[in-house]
Parts: sequence; C-alpha cells; structure tokens
Amino acid sequence: MKFVENQPSDDTLDLVCRVCPLHLLEPGDKLNCLKKGQVLEVLTDYDGALEDIPNWCQKCGQEFIGIEEDDECYKLYIRKNK
Amino acid sequence: MKRVYMDHASATPVRKEVIEAMLPYFDEHFGNPSTVYDMGSKIKQVIEEQRAKVAKLIGAKAEEIIFTSSGAEANNLAIKGAALARQKKGKHIIISAIEHHSVLNSARFLERMDFEVTYLQVDENGLVDPKRLSAAIRPETILVSIMHANNEIGTIEPIPELSAICRERGVIFHTDAVATVGNIPVDVNELNVDLLSLSGASLGAPKGVGALYFRDNLRLMPLIHSGIQERGRRGGTENVPAIVALGKASELAAKELPDKVNYARGLRDLLVAGVHERIEQVKYTGHPKKRLPGHASFCIEAIEGEALIFMLNQSGIYANTGSACASKALKTSPVLVAIGIPPDLAQGSVVFTLSSSNTVEEMEYVLEKLPLAVDKLRALSPVWRTKSAA
Repeated sequence: MKFVENQPSDDTLDLVCRVCPLHLLEPGDKLNCLKKGQVLEVLTDYDGALEDIPNWCQKCGQEFIGIEEDDECYKLYIRKNK
Repeated sequence: MKRVYMDHASATPVRKEVIEAMLPYFDEHFGNPSTVYDMGSKIKQVIEEQRAKVAKLIGAKAEEIIFTSSGAEANNLAIKGAALARQKKGKHIIISAIEHHSVLNSARFLERMDFEVTYLQVDENGLVDPKRLSAAIRPETILVSIMHANNEIGTIEPIPELSAICRERGVIFHTDAVATVGNIPVDVNELNVDLLSLSGASLGAPKGVGALYFRDNLRLMPLIHSGIQERGRRGGTENVPAIVALGKASELAAKELPDKVNYARGLRDLLVAGVHERIEQVKYTGHPKKRLPGHASFCIEAIEGEALIFMLNQSGIYANTGSACASKALKTSPVLVAIGIPPDLAQGSVVFTLSSSNTVEEMEYVLEKLPLAVDKLRALSPVWRTKSAA
C-alpha cells in the first residue's frame, strides 16, 4: 500500500456512504470526463476499496498513485493513463 | 349517490394517462433494470427518462433525484441519511413543531441515537420565524428541516428566507414538499434547498412511489443497503411501473400546473366564503393568504370533526379532520395545538383539499350539506346548547 500526502488532483469523486460495488463502477465514468495525465481523487469510507481500487486500476490500465487517510474517509488517487 | 371527493391531500386518483403509461411495465417490459441484456438495459434507460421528467418538474438535474417508495421514505432518507452522514461534524438538528410524522418521527429516532433536536415553534398562522431559526442554529447544527407547506392548515412557509440562513451558516436544509409539488410551482433553486421530498400520491401517480431531490452529490447514508440501484443510495430492485407513473404524472403536472393553481384557488375561495356566510363560530385555520390554493381548513366550534366527517360521508362528501395519518389517533392535532387553537375548538377540525377534478356545482352541494350537518351535530352538543343559552 502506497501512502501519499497533499496529492493534488483535478477532480474529486465522493463515494462516502455509498455501498459496494459503486467504488468499482463510478471511477470509470468519472475518469472518462478527465484528460490523459489528470488525477482523480476518490473519497470513500469503505475499507474494501483499499484493495479493490488498486486492483481495478491495474486491470483497467490506470495508474494508482496512493492513499491518504483523514478523520472522515480514505482518499485514493488515480492518474488517468488512457 | 353523488360522490364529492375533497381529500386530495390524502390521495389523488391515478390519471388515466398515468395508468396507460405504467401498464406495459407489468408484463411486456418486466425485466430487471440492473441486468446487462437489452430487456434490462432498455428499462434502465426508461427509468433515467422518468428521472429527468421528475427533475424538470422541480428545476433539478436528473442525477439529483433518488426514487423512493413514498414521500415518507424520502423524508426518512433526508433526515436520517443526512444526519448520519454528518454526525462527526455535530449531532444537533432543527425541525418545526408542525412537521409531518415522517419527519417528526425520524427526528425522534435520531434522538434515541444521541442526536439533539430543537422543535421550532410557529406563529398563529403556522409560519416559522426566520429570526427564531437563526437563533436556534448552533455550531454543532448539521441539518434543518422545515416543510414547504403544511397539509393540515395549508400554510406555505418562507422557505427561501429560511434556507438562505442555513446556507450562510453552512447547515444542510431539507424541505418536505409532499403537499406542494403538483399543487404550486416548486423550484429547488428558487427555494435554495439541499434536499426536497415529494410523493406520487399527491401528484396523480399511485401510492407507493416518491422521490428525494439531493443537491450536488450531497452525502446521504442509505436506509436500504443493497447493490447498484439508485447509484448505491437506495437499494432494492426498482418499482418500474410506479417510477414510470411518477414520471408521467410529473410531465402532466408541469404542463397543467398554472391552470390548476388558479382553478383550485377559485373553488377554495368560493367554499371559504360560503362557509363563513352559512356557519357561525368557525375559525379558518392557517395563513389567510400564504396558503395552498386548493386548501381550506376550519375549526368549527362545538362539534367533533370525526362525527362531521362521517355525516358528510353519508352525503357522499369526502373530507378529513387533519392529516390522513394522524386522523385516527383520537389525539388533538399537534399542528393545531402549535398554532394556539384551544383543544376543545381543535376537536372540530375539518380539512377540504381540492383539485382540478372538483367543480363549482360540488362546492354548492357541500355548502348545502355542510351547514345541515353542523346544525345536527350542534343540536346534540351540550357545549353548543350552553353557549346558545348564554
């Protein structure tokens, strides 16, 4: 697991309180709206996403940058590769 | 016997166009919208079209609408969902003292979970004072819920003023618009609300469908946990026929609303003037001007509202004593208590809610039968006899 701090992002997807498997469906839609090289921040309070999202990035050919945790939720960062 | 239905706040007849629109989704198009084959994906598309129609009726974006099983569920999701999603920020919420049971009891449920609730008092017309709201907001306040209009007394609350206070203080604002959507123009941007509940039953759709508007991807803890339906915010396979009905009813309401408002107001004014002319010792409850166009509510001295409803029923007239949910409880209406109606007068509550299907002839019929029923009940009333003798 790679941790990051103060990672800048171009857009945010708030999935706090949203149930599984939304964390695997919504990032793809959101990345479609970004340009190659831009970074998406995904907010979630679902522990399973910490494993699922890096795996999903690998399968989809997107770059998983890392995770930051704050009091409220996890922040996961994905760079659009294609 | 003639049937004069004047209880549209409790339920509306389902429009023929609405029934026709929903019928194919019971048999021909019965597939599950979450399936990937075309029988499902086409239905998913139909649901999204209905979402856009409901959104258009209230000036929202399609993605800001969650379908629910009722206005009550929408209120539950708004109150519990918004509060539970924000409890780390604070555990204080504010509602008015005249909210519908679905808001009131959601707030009471949160009290059991260590939330604190302030119940804002209203004035003699049922209006919430913006200054009183402002004074009640604390640093730990996370949610305010004030209904758009009250179903028992018809008063329309000053929502833009109230929501502006909350916006400025960073507090989420919800309004229960079950009594207004379909009866007056409702625009979420003009009202400046974060959450708004509506019901199909008051819109010409069947009972068992409603919707919640939520602004800008606002965080909501789901009440029904399941899968991907409603994008994870409200689980359970969608009630497709009911959703189609709500979409069609919303489309019709958007077209017909201006005429309906003027028509219902005209009938209401006729009824109110006739009641004052023909029955003595009657109090018209709620705000005299800032009220729903088809709504006339009275407290009639020295009668039991329940008895009056049964007598009107014998003449084929259908009205109510208050809200449909509360009228069987044999308890003085908390709404009437909140506006300062004495308990004995509150017993004589009767509410008429009119719609486009009502006619001038029906108002004349009611104005003929209502005074007779009141006279009969008063003749049996020792309270009335004492007052008359004095």
